[in-house]
Amino acid sequence: MAKAPARKTAAPKKVASTPAPSSNREQPRDPVPYEATPEELEKFYRDMLLIRRFEEKAGQLYGLGLIGGFCHLYIGQEAVAVGLQSALDGDRDSVITGYRDHGHMLAYGIDPKVIMAELTGRAAGISKGKGGSMHMFSVEHKFYGGHGIVGAQVSLGTGLAFAHKYRGDGGVAMAYFGDGAANQGQVYESFNMAELWKLPIIFVIENNQYAMGTSVNRASAEDQLYRRGESFRIPGMQVDGMDVLAVRGAAEAALEWVRAGKGPVLMELKTYRYRGHSMSDPAKYRSREEVQAVRDKSDAIEHLKKLMTDAGIGDDRIKDIDREIRAIVAESADFAESAPEPDLSELYTDVLVEQY
Amino acid sequence: MAIELKMPALSPTMEEGTLAKWLVKEGDAVKSGDILAEIETDKATMEFEAVDEGTITRILVAEGTDNVKVGTVIATIAGEGEEQDVAPAQAGGASNSAPTSAAATGGAGLPTPSSAAMDETAPAPAADRPVATERASDPAIPEGTAMVRLTVREALRDAMAEEMRADDRVFVMGEEVAEYQGAYKVTQGLLDEFGARRVIDTPITEYGFAGLGAGAAMGGLKPIIEFMTFNFAMQAIDHIINSAAKTNYMSGGQMRCPIVFRGPNGAAARVGAQHSQNYAPWYASVPGLIVIAPYDAADAKGLLKAAIRTEDPVVFLENELLYGRSFEVPDVEDFVLPIGKARIMREGSDVTIVSYSIGVGLALEAADQLAGEGIDAEVIDLRTLRPLDTATVLASLKKTNRLVVVEEGWPVCSIASELAMVAMEQGFDDLDAPVMRVCNEDVPLPYANNLEKAALIDTPRVVKAVKAVLHR
Repeated sequence: MAKAPARKTAAPKKVASTPAPSSNREQPRDPVPYEATPEELEKFYRDMLLIRRFEEKAGQLYGLGLIGGFCHLYIGQEAVAVGLQSALDGDRDSVITGYRDHGHMLAYGIDPKVIMAELTGRAAGISKGKGGSMHMFSVEHKFYGGHGIVGAQVSLGTGLAFAHKYRGDGGVAMAYFGDGAANQGQVYESFNMAELWKLPIIFVIENNQYAMGTSVNRASAEDQLYRRGESFRIPGMQVDGMDVLAVRGAAEAALEWVRAGKGPVLMELKTYRYRGHSMSDPAKYRSREEVQAVRDKSDAIEHLKKLMTDAGIGDDRIKDIDREIRAIVAESADFAESAPEPDLSELYTDVLVEQY
Repeated sequence: MAIELKMPALSPTMEEGTLAKWLVKEGDAVKSGDILAEIETDKATMEFEAVDEGTITRILVAEGTDNVKVGTVIATIAGEGEEQDVAPAQAGGASNSAPTSAAATGGAGLPTPSSAAMDETAPAPAADRPVATERASDPAIPEGTAMVRLTVREALRDAMAEEMRADDRVFVMGEEVAEYQGAYKVTQGLLDEFGARRVIDTPITEYGFAGLGAGAAMGGLKPIIEFMTFNFAMQAIDHIINSAAKTNYMSGGQMRCPIVFRGPNGAAARVGAQHSQNYAPWYASVPGLIVIAPYDAADAKGLLKAAIRTEDPVVFLENELLYGRSFEVPDVEDFVLPIGKARIMREGSDVTIVSYSIGVGLALEAADQLAGEGIDAEVIDLRTLRPLDTATVLASLKKTNRLVVVEEGWPVCSIASELAMVAMEQGFDDLDAPVMRVCNEDVPLPYANNLEKAALIDTPRVVKAVKAVLHR
């Protein structure tokens, strides 16, 4: 019954590219892969592995009934959040994303314990247990959510960029959304205003090939999503989202453009999610073979491991990091399971800020 | 026969205007498209064009004349080959003669009713309604405070300007708010004072700029988002509810969204179903929002200032028909009113009439009329619809034992039905009669003048409901 996908969905081999300019308009420079030091490679590995192990654990806790509702895992897409956010300036830049938000928070160094405790709905969770998986925020880290309505974060992110420009604080907003959200009307309303007012924002399409169960080519007339900004004069970049160095390199080219006051950039990160859309998705719309092929050939963590070996980082060192990460995740899970639920009196707090 | 040029209606709500300037004089030949005069409405200065060719024979209203009623003959034109020197008496007399000829109406460029017809069939001009005599003073305003007379429009503008002067985080954004000076002139002058950084014209993109505003609020600014009317905010309601109202709760109090969404709400005049709707019950049903719907200019100013200052997201519902009405506003340095407090507009002992926004005017009018029949009505203006000041309503009910709710909006799932429930749950023993509601008819608002009038609440309906709860 299921139609074979019209086109291979595996991530492209090309590292990154900008489209041929349709006119003489200035474009961001061609991105080059980031040249990481061995220490930086280790950091990337640690951050990406933390996301993967954290998400695997979250999947287990969901299966045990400790996490409820919707839970969207980031497994497979780790290089995107880690590569992009490593290029940001945590003191002034801001980040916003949709409901698949655990990875972006971990990539920003937010304590895994309070994230996991939010997933289990505990008082110690980052939103006091009132937000859940899809609604987490850290104003301290300039992470503005965590939004459950597909596409809403794009307009909200444009507002964050507006605030940066209004205050003149030099910050850049990064707004993540998926290939599915890329078809929402408000995305284009935001593109228009962002370019019109030259707002400092990087629009990031995490193209993991499926909007829930609908593949990109079944939903998008223009399936080369990096071109979706062209009619707004927003330059686009298509990037291999399975290669953290390509991602980081492209982020730097994009940031150069945006920080120079030249307006927004649209980045399409070609990536792949290994798990279903959410925990309740049987993923019947694609074959096991398709998923396995990406895991075998394009896995971002395996690729990074090879780069580490090439850089002379020994297997023992890699295994040490693996153990360390497992311990951090186990600790966060224990914390999330044992922390108490919110007090019932919390039901009526935080509805409004002020008293009337 | 001479063509009569009549004072045109230049907006759905215009009833009179100022003939600012004549650009032609008697004896001038004009052709279709020539600009004859400049006419100032409460919203803008408009150019008045000739539709017919001919010669201006008489100018009947001098330039600089204020309050020229729509439909008044302001000049006459003689067509080609016609006798140009029309006797003044004839031209003057024409303005008083009832139904105008087809040719005459054609001359004004817009189908305007004759002044005679106007008095009988046009929607009762809100501004002309009698002002109630006895008014309880607002307890928030100290006795003896000097007052200044302002329109609601000016009061809203002043509130924004004062808050923008005080806090650089405050900015105003929306369609036509800057260079056009506001589609309803509410933001008039703000661009000149605050510049394009803080007074921002948007594309027609409600969903987008409502989201942008909410994001800017999350990022630490204090946006005022103007919707040209709240009818268009339905395109953006996701951001008002899902992004603005729920953020503080969902983040466990960590992330705020201090934003004001404002604009005209409710029925205007003859603009049909898609442009005439009261959204107060929609927004008032959402936890996490503050909903304010002022009636007079003082409340418009004091409550808009409070709305801009609060850390919570606010839906601020104005009314187009009230923009041009003038009221006394306290002439004090920094006039801010408390959110969530109703106001007793008129004290009374026989029955409590509760309303908000434009309905308050009808309630006061009804109370005056009832006073003439020996019925002493108390009138409460809710002012804030969320949180609802039920204490004030219940205290009044305890005193009068009868409650009528007046609401320019649909009856089903309304503020009126909410108040009826509040009375049941918390004031049952005080009720000597069932609560009654006076709401619009339960239909999309029709365009035809007579049907529109039939659909909207008016004073006689309020009077009738009051008499019903008093069994009179």
